Amino acid sequence: MIHTFQLLGYNFVLDICSGSVHIVDDLVYAIIERLKDVPRDVALAVLSVNSSSALPENLSSAKNNDSNSDMRHELIDTLSPRYTKEDVEDAMNALLALTYDDKLFCEKDPFEKWRVLNQHRNLPTSKGFECDNKDRNIQTKILECTSCDHENGDVWKERLKSCISTGTSNANKTLKAYDGYVCNSKVEGVVPENLGDCSFKKADGAVKALCLNVAHACNLACSYCFAGQGKYKGAQALMPLETGKRAIDFLVEHSADRHYLEVDFFGGEPLLNWPMVKETVAYARSLENKTGKRFRFTLTTNGILIDDDVIDFTNREMDNIVLSLDGRKSTHDRFRVDRQGSGSYDTVVPKFQELVRRRTQGTHYIRGTFTHANADFLNDILHLLELGFTQISMEPVVSPPDMPYALTPDDIVFIKQQYEELARLMIQRRKEGRPFTFYHYMTDLEHGPCIYKRIAGCGSGTEYLAVTPTGDLYPCHQLVDNPAFLMGNIWDGITNTALQNTYRHLNLLSRKTCRDCWAQLYCSGGCAANAFHTTGDLFGIDEKGCELFRKRMECALAIKAAEALDG
Amino acid sequence: MKTTPRIVTLKTRDLIDDTQHDGCGECQTSCQSACKTSSGVVNQACEQ
Repeated sequence: MIHTFQLLGYNFVLDICSGSVHIVDDLVYAIIERLKDVPRDVALAVLSVNSSSALPENLSSAKNNDSNSDMRHELIDTLSPRYTKEDVEDAMNALLALTYDDKLFCEKDPFEKWRVLNQHRNLPTSKGFECDNKDRNIQTKILECTSCDHENGDVWKERLKSCISTGTSNANKTLKAYDGYVCNSKVEGVVPENLGDCSFKKADGAVKALCLNVAHACNLACSYCFAGQGKYKGAQALMPLETGKRAIDFLVEHSADRHYLEVDFFGGEPLLNWPMVKETVAYARSLENKTGKRFRFTLTTNGILIDDDVIDFTNREMDNIVLSLDGRKSTHDRFRVDRQGSGSYDTVVPKFQELVRRRTQGTHYIRGTFTHANADFLNDILHLLELGFTQISMEPVVSPPDMPYALTPDDIVFIKQQYEELARLMIQRRKEGRPFTFYHYMTDLEHGPCIYKRIAGCGSGTEYLAVTPTGDLYPCHQLVDNPAFLMGNIWDGITNTALQNTYRHLNLLSRKTCRDCWAQLYCSGGCAANAFHTTGDLFGIDEKGCELFRKRMECALAIKAAEALDG
Repeated sequence: MKTTPRIVTLKTRDLIDDTQHDGCGECQTSCQSACKTSSGVVNQACEQ
């Protein structure tokens, strides 16, 4: 699959299977635009304008095929008014080299074997694949047959697949027959060695991150809040210290061999329960040496109760702080009001500025929300920059479509333009020596997440859980208001195993809609909670969110292009 | 005069090579960072 786009003066060619990202000149882009939907052998034949000797024997016929030859001549004719024959041939040779190098028109679907694994209940985690099926031998054989080029490979694959549903004795019989079959000798050396070990990693069911809702209460009453002004449709409550400590114990007990454990103090407003937060951190720290674990804490706050103690403690203990500020005063005070309806901008901005000024370690983000009322959110980002903030995250509002602040289809079109302008601004400010960070444009193409993380997705309901003040467990903080998503509690563990199983099966490979999307390995299937809220189905797709994600990804790549080409 | 290359290929992670190793499972959970309402994993750093 090839995805092409033009943005901020750059031409992009993305080869999805290989993960390659090419920035190309206009001539190369014109050629790829014509060829991007043709199969690899046709592309090779068309591109081989004067290098037939370099073509493998099986492709020589493709080159001499009339329709391919016509396509080649048509392409050259189309380009000839603007480019010399030498230029066109030079471009085609460059593309041919990339294709031979499997960085273009790559047809090796690197995920096919993962799709097979997933189909047979081997479930991806960020650590590898868990085997959810006792018949590991059968699945290994199925993979062999999938990789095998033997003419009867498919027949054996189907026979073995049927064993899984028809019982062990039948399976053993079929396996025995298979092992004696000539096909077996042919697949030796074809199946990667790792499939026997890491891909069938024994399930450890590790939990490595908790969102601790330490306060189901808030000192603001933001009307757009997905948490229902902090109460999550329930009663106001603060998490007792003992519950917090037990949550830490639960995390340690269920973290298997993970070294880094993450705890986010969330709400509601967590500073309403500040002494408990500090004590819980101290308790967790006291376990680090004896357990060999390292806790990473995050605090998400509206800022109202920030004082010197909060600033000093968070600087010392919190790896990350998320500060809620929507941008301009008019924007922020539209929704972020107290119980009397007064805006909170004037209260929180100086506190945030002081906290950021005194923060000497860890990360922080000014995190805003934009709605239908400020689809021109770039102006809010500009305002945040004027206030001196340079680590910024700005998120589209999560809301039912019938709310007055919900984003409309027209907003989406405009927001995509805003994202482009934001990328342009970031490139410009970087050149001027005044860079800033936008969370959604952060991407490390070379050292980013591995294939397991990209397939497993965000980890909600599996390695990431939300804990209520009463110690109940939910798959994530966005679903805490829905009793149907109650998974268990921190004393008894996960008791709703059916729901747990659903989340274990929820991954990129199980979202069929994603299969044809060029951005699938950047977003990993997106947010399950958003999918549920938009479609009523955890396995659904939040199409509006997808559209915005794809745009953000293109913008992030444009910034990468600017860094690579312009220094 | 600076010559603009016809094709510049950005360095990207070799996802095929990933399949030769275990994942470590240590990378940050998406919603522990800054989003809280829109998952995406590509902005998470690899811990290995």
